[in-house]
Amino acid sequence: MLDVRGLKKVYNGGARQVEAIRDLTFTLSAGELVCLVGPSGCGKTTLLKCVAGLLTPTSGEVLLQGRPVTGPPPGMAVVFQEYGRSLFPWLRVGENVDLPLRQKGLPKARRRELVTEALAAVGLADAESAYPWQLSGGMQQRVAIARAVAFEPEVLLMDEPFAAVDAQTRADLEDLVRALWHKLGVTILFVTHDIDEAVYLGQRVLILSSSPTVVREELTVDLPDTRDQLHTRGHPRFTALRTHVQEQIQAAKRGLPSPSAAGDGEE
Amino acid sequence: MTLIERTSGGGQTAAPASGDARRGRRRGSAAWLGLAGLGTLLAVMEIVPRVGLVSSKYFPPTSRIAEALAAEVTDQAFWVALGDTLKGWALGLLIATVAGAALGVLIGAVPLLREYTASTIEFLRPIPSVALIPLAVLLFGTDIRSTLLLVVYASFWQVLVQVLYGVQDVDPVADETARSYGLSTIARVRYVLWPTALPYVMTGVRLAAAVALVLAITAELVIGAPGLGARIAVAQTSNAVPDMYALVTVTGLLGVLVNLGARAVERRTLAWHQSVRGEVAA
Repeated sequence: MLDVRGLKKVYNGGARQVEAIRDLTFTLSAGELVCLVGPSGCGKTTLLKCVAGLLTPTSGEVLLQGRPVTGPPPGMAVVFQEYGRSLFPWLRVGENVDLPLRQKGLPKARRRELVTEALAAVGLADAESAYPWQLSGGMQQRVAIARAVAFEPEVLLMDEPFAAVDAQTRADLEDLVRALWHKLGVTILFVTHDIDEAVYLGQRVLILSSSPTVVREELTVDLPDTRDQLHTRGHPRFTALRTHVQEQIQAAKRGLPSPSAAGDGEE
Repeated sequence: MTLIERTSGGGQTAAPASGDARRGRRRGSAAWLGLAGLGTLLAVMEIVPRVGLVSSKYFPPTSRIAEALAAEVTDQAFWVALGDTLKGWALGLLIATVAGAALGVLIGAVPLLREYTASTIEFLRPIPSVALIPLAVLLFGTDIRSTLLLVVYASFWQVLVQVLYGVQDVDPVADETARSYGLSTIARVRYVLWPTALPYVMTGVRLAAAVALVLAITAELVIGAPGLGARIAVAQTSNAVPDMYALVTVTGLLGVLVNLGARAVERRTLAWHQSVRGEVAA
């Protein structure tokens, strides 16, 4: 579904060259929910922008369903961390969700349907005629998610979407993402710096090294598919996994080599 | 609350949140104080010529000016002159706004074009419009087109410069969002760039509206193009001093109305903008 092969990104800042990403290779199969964690400043956002076709990689390629990504591909939607800046303040909630559909050239009746469904799916059925800035932060991010859902993407990219909301809202939104993923069967690449969030949400967790970035480890999250904030987080396996990821991130920060036999990764 | 002047295109500031009632009361008392100040001025202008501190020949008392004004508004020719002035002002402002906005968006959206034109704009912009009066006379004589030339030249730069600031204010996240959803360049101009620039456009138009009025009156006064300015000149040469002041008062009132109108339009079209909507929730 989504193939990232040998991705490398070097920024040319005048005389200084910054190698943000050295060599990233990973694959997402259709319908997978994969989380990407790494130490801060490891180029997570750069990677996501390359995948989204918003940045051109220095070398390597991104393939969506076998086709190379050279610009924003039609079957992909991105949810940004900065919901306040990603939603357009001059459009009402419904119009924000509708705009990408209009660009897609969908008939009006179908657009109406999608907007209503998407807003209902994120629990904001009655906020359609409000302006985004009249809503709380968590609600605004729900609108951004609704906009992505209404777009009916095959792949949904989420760039630290809950980094700017409070802990309770974050827990609700995490469950919302799991629920939508189950319901829609969409492929999700979820970038986060929050280790618990990565383990709680993902089927797999990709741990990145610090910059210049490579994939340090791919970890399968062998937790039951039905997850809830109370029990999953109290599960001994959850604790073991998060500790493992934490250790890897700490080791990445100190620049230690990754375990050669990655295996299933525990201990 | 008033819109924040953003001639330099800097950041936007939200109004400090204060109680509505308190703000209302403060505004009420400010209005009363303002009226009292105006009343005092009018009273002083009435008394000073009457007690002989200044010659009432050149500074007629307020009541004489008011009489002249009352006579003016019953005169058909006054309304024709007012109509001419407004026509020159409105048409000139319209041309300047359309041209300024269109060129501003184009230049602002194409970095190469922006660098290419930057020095030219900085050179042409400071040329005072009144310096073009001889040119206007040469080209169009005392025709209304003379007024238009000056009005357009003066207000065009006000709009253009604001639009250029506005276009550069596009939020990179908003633009990336638009791009990621496959919005074409034209759609991004329409749905992202233009709404972002709109507050700046409005500020530009408001500034331009005031400048346009100044230039319309100037052109009429100096060149003799038809309008209130020409009427002021006639009143002056025929020694009708109170009439002259009455007409000057009318131009002042026009200025006030233009500013109020521009602000009202601004408030309506920018209801979503921070400067209008006041404090930000969350």
